[in-house]
Order: sequence, then C-alpha cells, then structure tokens
Amino acid sequence: MIGRRRIIVFGGRMIGQLTALERTYAAIILIVIICVGVAMAVVGRGDLLAVHGWIIAAYGMAVMVVLLRGIDAAEPWEERFREYYDDPTKVGIILSLIWGVIGMAVGVWVASLLAWPDLTFDAAWASFGRLRPVHTSGVIFGFGGNALIATSFHVLQRTTRARLPDQLSPWFVLLGYNLFCVMAATGYFMGMTQSKEYAEPEWYADLWLVIVWVVYFAIYIRTLARRREPHIYVANWYYMAFILVVAILHIVNNLAVPVSIGHAKSYSLFSGVQDAMTQWWYGHNAVAFFLTAGFLGMMYYYLPKRAGRPIYSYRMSIISFWGITFMYMWAGSHHLHYTALPHWVQTLGMVFSLVLLVPSWASAGNALLTLNGAWHKVRDDAVLRFMMLAAIFYGIATFEGSFMAIRAVNSLSHYTDWTVGHVHVGALGWVAMITFGSFYALVPWMWKRPALYSAKLVEVHFWLALTGTVVYIFAMWNSGIIQGLMWRTFDPNGTLAYSFLDTLVAMHPYYIARAFGGLLFLAGAVVAFYNIWMTITQPAPVDEGAATDLPVEPPAPRAWAQAGE
Amino acid sequence: MFNFHYRLERNAMGLVLAIIFVASIGGLIEIAPLFTIDETVEDAPDMRVYTPLELAGRNIYIREGCYACHSQMIRTLRDEVERYGPYSLAVESKYDHPMLWGSKRTGPDIARLGGKYSNEWHVAHLYNPRDLVPESKMPAYRWLLRNTLKIEDLGEHLAAMRVVGVPYTDEMIANATADAYGQANPDSGQAAGVTERYGDATNVGLFDGKPETLTEMDAVVAYLQILGKLTDAAKQAEQAGVE
Repeated sequence: MIGRRRIIVFGGRMIGQLTALERTYAAIILIVIICVGVAMAVVGRGDLLAVHGWIIAAYGMAVMVVLLRGIDAAEPWEERFREYYDDPTKVGIILSLIWGVIGMAVGVWVASLLAWPDLTFDAAWASFGRLRPVHTSGVIFGFGGNALIATSFHVLQRTTRARLPDQLSPWFVLLGYNLFCVMAATGYFMGMTQSKEYAEPEWYADLWLVIVWVVYFAIYIRTLARRREPHIYVANWYYMAFILVVAILHIVNNLAVPVSIGHAKSYSLFSGVQDAMTQWWYGHNAVAFFLTAGFLGMMYYYLPKRAGRPIYSYRMSIISFWGITFMYMWAGSHHLHYTALPHWVQTLGMVFSLVLLVPSWASAGNALLTLNGAWHKVRDDAVLRFMMLAAIFYGIATFEGSFMAIRAVNSLSHYTDWTVGHVHVGALGWVAMITFGSFYALVPWMWKRPALYSAKLVEVHFWLALTGTVVYIFAMWNSGIIQGLMWRTFDPNGTLAYSFLDTLVAMHPYYIARAFGGLLFLAGAVVAFYNIWMTITQPAPVDEGAATDLPVEPPAPRAWAQAGE
Repeated sequence: MFNFHYRLERNAMGLVLAIIFVASIGGLIEIAPLFTIDETVEDAPDMRVYTPLELAGRNIYIREGCYACHSQMIRTLRDEVERYGPYSLAVESKYDHPMLWGSKRTGPDIARLGGKYSNEWHVAHLYNPRDLVPESKMPAYRWLLRNTLKIEDLGEHLAAMRVVGVPYTDEMIANATADAYGQANPDSGQAAGVTERYGDATNVGLFDGKPETLTEMDAVVAYLQILGKLTDAAKQAEQAGVE
C-alpha cells in the first residue's frame, strides 16, 4: 500500500509541473479561498454557514500544504508542450473512485433504512432524509462529475492533439469542483439543503460552482483554439454540451435570495407551479446533459478506442447529438403529469419525450454497431464488455424513459419505486458501467503500465455489477408496479381496496432485495478500486513507448493565428 | 445538412453558439409563458401566507428531507382524490418558495394533512412513528422535541420571502419573533397579535404540549396542521364540479 510519504512525494512531483508563476498564482488563489472561508465563519457565526466557512478554510489550507511542499521544485521541463498534461486526470480518476465507493455505500445504507427504519439510532445526521442527498450527490456529482472532468481532459487533448492551455486552471477546476462536492455532502448531514432534487446545495456553493464552471469552459475553448486537428471530434461536442447546458440549468434553477449574507438558508426566486416546472426542467436535463451527454462523450472516445474500430456512422452521431440537445430540454414536464401544471406543457413534455427515443437509440445503436467485427474482443475482454453493456442499458433506459413519459403509463408509475428503478437502469447500467469501462481502459495508459493489475478481478467486477443491477431493477420494477396497481384498485363497492399501509407492507421484501442488489454493486466498485489502486502502485513501470498516444504536435511559431479558425 | 455540419464542427465558437441556441428553445417555450398566462394560477382571494412559526416548521421539513418521501401534490386521478382529498391547485403552492410537490411517495401524500390528526398524534408520531403505526418506515424524529426553535431571525426570513414576492407586511416582519412565540403559547400576551395579523382561523395552541419551551416540534406540527388549509379554493372547485 502506498504510504503518506509517497503521496507527498507524488504531490511534490506534480507541483513541479507548475511553472513558478503558476505556483505563485495558486498560492494567491488559495489565500483568497482561505480568507473567504474565514470571513464566512465570522459573518455566519451562530449559523451553520460558519461551519462551512471553516471547512472551506481547512480545504484551502490542506491544498496549500501540498503546494508548499513542492514550491521550491525546479521549473518544469521547457519542452513540456511536447507532452500531454495528465496529472489532473490521474487525480480525478482516484477522486471519482473514492466518491463512488462513498456514494454507493451511503446508497446501500439508505436502502437498508427503508427495510429497517430504526437503523437511524436517533441521530439527525443519520436519518433517511439527510442521507439520501448524500447518496445522490455523492454518486452523481462526486463519482460521475469527477469521472467526466478527468476523462474530458484526457479526451480533449488526444482528439485535438494539443496540450491543455496551462498547468493551473485544470487543478482549479478539479479541486474547486471537489470543494463544491464536499460542501454539498457535509451540508446535507447538517440539514443544509434547498430541497430541489439534485440541486440541493445552498446559494454560496452554487455561486462557487459557477466560477469553477466558467474556468472549465475556458479550458475547453482555449485548448480547442490551439488544436492541430481541423475537425472537433464527436466526443467533444458532447462534453461541450455538458458544460454549457449544465451551466444554463444550474444558474436558472438556483436563483434564490439568501436570508442574509450571514445565513446559509435562501428562498427560491420561483414558487409553486413555475418553481416545479423550472426544477424538473433542471432535474430532467441534469440527467440529459450531466448523466447522458457527458457520458456519451466518454463512450464515443473509449469504446471505439478499446474496440480498435472507428465509430460506425458519423451521420448517425450528428443526428443523435442535435436531437438530444434540442429535444431533451422539452421533456422535463413529463415529471408533472396530472399535476397543477397546465395541460399543454404536460402534453409537450410527453410528445418530445417520445420522439427523443430516436436520437437516443441512434447513439446506442451507433455504439453497438461499432462493435461489429470486434465481437470476439467483447467476449474475451471484460473492459470492452462493460462498455457494450453500458450501451445496451442506455438503450433500455431511454426506451423505458420514453415509455414512462406517456401520460397513462405515468399515472401508474409516478410517485412509485418504478421511477427509482428507472433511474438506476441509467445510473448503474449506463453511467457507472461506461465509467468503469473507460477507467479500466484509461488507467494503464495514464500510469504507463502494460496492463491492469488483474484481468480476473475485472471479470469479477463485471459479474457483480451486472447481477447487482439486475437484482436492483427487478426489485424496483416489481415493487413500483405492484404499489401503483394497489393504489388504484377499487373494490366492487367503488371504494379503495387497499390502505396506504397495505401497499407499504407489500414493499418490504423488495426493499430488502434492492438493498442486496445495491450491496453487490458496491462490492464490485470496491473490487474496481482495489484493482486500479494495485495497478497504480505496482512497481516497475514499463518503457514509456508502450503508450498508445499519438504525439502532440509542437506548437507552431504563430499558433495563435489559427485560433478561432 | 451534413455539409453544413462538416463546416460547423471546424468552428469552436460556432459550435458553442449553436448548442446554446438549440438547447434554449424548449425551456423558453415551456417556462416563460407560465409567468405570463393568467390562467396558470387560479385566483384565491382567501389565500393567506405562512405564519413565522409555520414557515420555521416548513424550513425544518426541508432540512430533514421529508419531501424525499412525502409528496404535496394530489393528481387529478380518481383514486388520489378518493384517498387524499380534492386535487391540488396551482394557487395552493403560490407562496411556496420552493415548492414541495415531491416526486416519490414512500409515505402518503400530505397535501391535505392539516386538521386530519390532533397535535398530540403528530407529536407522538414524530417521536416514534412505530408506536402508532407498527409497519411504518418513517424515521423517528426525537430531536425535534429536544431542540429549541431558533426564532430571533424570523423577521429576516419573512423579509427575504417578501423580496421573492410573498406579501408580508412591515408589521408581520417586525413582529415575526413575537408571533412565533405567541402562536405556540396561547396563554401568553403575544398570542393575540398572531390572529390579528394572520386571521382568526390561525391555529394557536400548545403544539408540542409543553408551554415552557418553544421546540422545533412546535414549528413542525404547526406546519403540518396548515397543509392544505391556506385557502379553500380546492374545496370550492370540487363543489363547483359536483353541482
């Protein structure tokens, strides 16, 4: 196992990649962050805001310690622009896996609370309502978000054949984003939440994320401006849609007025029906642009790369990209069928959700057809099999989503576990599988290892993940449909046949099965973490020539002349 | 079309602008009219605002994540109206910043919970749901009875709510702390001001059964007892439908 010393040495070596000027800027930024944290602690004393102030200050200081350890390192190699800059990607992969294990473990815990509610042991922080967002944000933003940032830096450089524009801003994005995640998770334990699902963090955390996101976008644009490939590859369209649209959604849905500058609590600018529509426009498109577009970007790079085959159809990828970008934004209102939302908006949401199946299946089909001619690899290589399975689950989830958006189907499925099951077809089957597949492919390239520590363990993980997913979604499909049917059953006299409690009792066995399925999936994630950790720490890196990268084009003397061509 | 795209994907800023444009259309068409079309939210002249104590209770409801398992939106379906009462109208959540319609019913809908059970029932149920409902999956919220309610800054909360459009008067804001205390202490001097400012129908009572301290339990029960009671519009709409 890697010791504390080695982490510090590793950290020092990474700081050595920053120029002296960048190290100075980094120190200034950290001092500002620490000061803001202390200021929040002072202004917000007597409020939970102060706790977050101290957490921010402590986070800033921890990063500062790492920075100071390497502050005297020699200037980086002048010719660094001949190499890609992968340190942030490496750290992002590890952070993603840590968040993944934490988020999934909390998921198993909250699932168990539904079967055995007294596991709360009379502590507010351990009750279902506070833990649930720790699970959802932990896996979506912690696991998924870090995976997207890490892979996007890797894909962006390879597909443009240009190095990231500098060594500081990628760290700002990665570590700044994780500060947001830390504020989110710690806040939920303390009960700090806006209550908007998947947008729970309070106003100051939301503002911070906007700053991080602007820098993230700037990295993309600056790298693209220096690209040595005339065309921008499909994967980057998706990563850009992810960055841009998430920014729009995040800003609009989080508009709020804080009680005061010293309060963590804020009141949403919108209320009632307008707030509901805005929230589900956000909520559904967080799924679309965070959990779909971003991960499609991942799929469009790592799947063809691992299969050793070009994407099946360039035109299909154009149709599916613009179809998804245009139509998803209309679909949010299907979360509000039969509610007080005006009928015309519900109908629009339903219609667009149905048509959305076309671009969604175009993507899934494009991925699977890419594997034509490489099916023997799918059979032998569990890494590629992860990616194939992800594409299949993506197809299932999008079909199911369109189906559930039909008003009559939704009247049965809404408010039940069927929705939870549907989400996990996407989250476990699609998002997590494509992420693990991509990580397994990426880790040996990043750390310049000939192969993963153990191909057998990848097989073990594959079957744990698949079994866990299937157990989970069948449990939720069953419980959801049973409960939906029980709620609407009338006896011959025209009165309701079942009390709410009858339906709750009927859910109990499925809640146990769901927790078990989740446990299997978590076990798989732990195996992945172990396998990747052992790959990274195993000694004797091979010759760097083993890397599969195309070389970076050295910058032309007048590179800026081509910017924005 | 594909030729156009062949050029577009060579232009980073063009791609950026195209994505923003194409992605903005749906939201603009579906959301913007909800603010301008008058029929979106019904008229309800009797609609009242939350008292400071109820608002504090609502904030605790949000803090504990109750919305993750309880919806507050009865759909226009026969079984839901039969089970929970008249279907929810948009106006009923007009002052809800944010709305708490919910997305999952691990527990039942509570849009019309107000007045259905006694204060004592709620206190006992929140203290340990399984004492009253052995099969319940709800966590026990014992700390609500232990925690003193923070009321000094409720005026600031009301003022922030006014900024986002809730018609709190200067008087309500100035007396927020006293009103919160008075609503949970009917024998105190501050009780009269509550009904004066928020109407005679306001629940004033010992919500947690204990006069000496104002606990978070007081606030949560006060909030649960007002659910569905801010206006009669839904009942009137139902009766109009029957006639």
